[in-house]
Amino acid sequence: MARTSTARPIGSAIPAPDKISIKLNVNGVERPLKVAPWTTLLDALRDHLDLTGTKKGCDHGQCGACTVLVDGRRINSCLTLAVMKDGAKVTTIEGLATNGALHALQQAFIEHDAFQCGYCTPGQICSAAGLIAEGKAKTADEIRELMSGNICRCGAYPNIVAAIQQAMGQS
Amino acid sequence: MINFQYARAADVADAVRQIAADPKAKFIAGGTNLIDLMKEDVERPTLLIDISRLPLKTVEETAGGGLRIGALVPNFDLAYHPLIEKRYPLLASAILAGASQQLRNMASTGGNLLQRTRCAYFYDTATPCNKREPGSGCSAIKGLNRIHAILGASDACIATHPSDMCVALVALDAKVHVTGPAGARAIAFADFHRLPGDTPQIDTSLRPNEIVTAVELPAKGFAKNYSYLKIRDRLSYAFALVSIAAALEIEGGKIKEARLALGGVAHKPWRDPAAEAALRGQAANEAAFTRAADALLRDAKGYEHNTFKIELARRGIVRTLTQAARGTPQSQSSKKIA
Repeated sequence: MARTSTARPIGSAIPAPDKISIKLNVNGVERPLKVAPWTTLLDALRDHLDLTGTKKGCDHGQCGACTVLVDGRRINSCLTLAVMKDGAKVTTIEGLATNGALHALQQAFIEHDAFQCGYCTPGQICSAAGLIAEGKAKTADEIRELMSGNICRCGAYPNIVAAIQQAMGQS
Repeated sequence: MINFQYARAADVADAVRQIAADPKAKFIAGGTNLIDLMKEDVERPTLLIDISRLPLKTVEETAGGGLRIGALVPNFDLAYHPLIEKRYPLLASAILAGASQQLRNMASTGGNLLQRTRCAYFYDTATPCNKREPGSGCSAIKGLNRIHAILGASDACIATHPSDMCVALVALDAKVHVTGPAGARAIAFADFHRLPGDTPQIDTSLRPNEIVTAVELPAKGFAKNYSYLKIRDRLSYAFALVSIAAALEIEGGKIKEARLALGGVAHKPWRDPAAEAALRGQAANEAAFTRAADALLRDAKGYEHNTFKIELARRGIVRTLTQAARGTPQSQSSKKIA
């Protein structure tokens, strides 16, 4: 049926705005991107850049599986709009190893068997890298408290704390 | 998530201009609450105005001996700022009691003030909620209301304000600096958040198109005798059932000045002059603390699932004042309650 009015029908979405050109430095590589305003950093990483190491768990900032480092700080990429991070430096789990050698945290997670299913692990490791950079955790209690934004439904917490303690000792 | 347009604000004046031009626009800074609410279809802005690049990220000393905290200072930076740790440890402690380190890295000072309730019915668009849809009714009053208000609620809304930081800020007599189309003004923290009454859709006394630019702390920080105790269903990364901020000034064993504020119990961070008056001039002991708790809770009212909060608050107040008087504030990492 032909429309006789230019008005949008009730309940229809507003027209999709043009995609916005941004630049992210992801794991040391400049990545120009065109994203819609509502594209989260998580979706940009996974769906636009094929970096699927960062996981989508709850998609509401409650589980920590999507944790990445932005300009050196750990954040929830699911609650971050990619357009707002134009020009930022992003480090994901894919960017932690250097010259083929695992990051101390990756090695420690393997040695301490700090996971079971592994789905939360990229977020746990990125979060722990942020924790070590912050320098606020010294004791096991402090590690547990400052890692509380990362949920592990398999319950590997004791081994996660042990792995982080080992990596902290090496940093 | 719904479609929306995106724009950046060039400066504060531009931000105010842009938001005044579009009644369905919203500011975005950290985004930790707004993006979540947009994913749930609770907030449906057609334009997001990105204020995250505005130069409101410094903590500066004021002429009066206090601090002026820029609205975009992240919660993480504020909690670990040397002047906050030294002079306002109650504020540092309250911030670290809330959210996770990731969220504290993202969330801004101004955004923390403006976060919305975590009432499950507010989030669930399939249920009536007067805050989300004025006039539709309150599902919580006869629903699952375990986390809801025991003070200052109305027949229209029994939601609570979720912030920890704001509980410390109201106890410390902070001020909120805002700018709008009519210019800049300051709002006493106790007047910033409001009770629901019959307009629960309005959380604060901000006028349309105003933007929070800073939070100001007065000189007095109560760095010696303070404590922030947060009681919740799990030991970390959960909203408060009840939280208590206590700050005392003790001279010769007597309380010279007292501050007492509660979170998780009302539509706003709850501070009661009568409870503080009950402490002033008294010996710092359990009897005085209990009288203050009784004064604060005199009009408390429970609903089907949250009546336990009244006794929880009473005991929590006494415990927190005891910690403050002893100079042994609650640790936010070891969760043992001393």
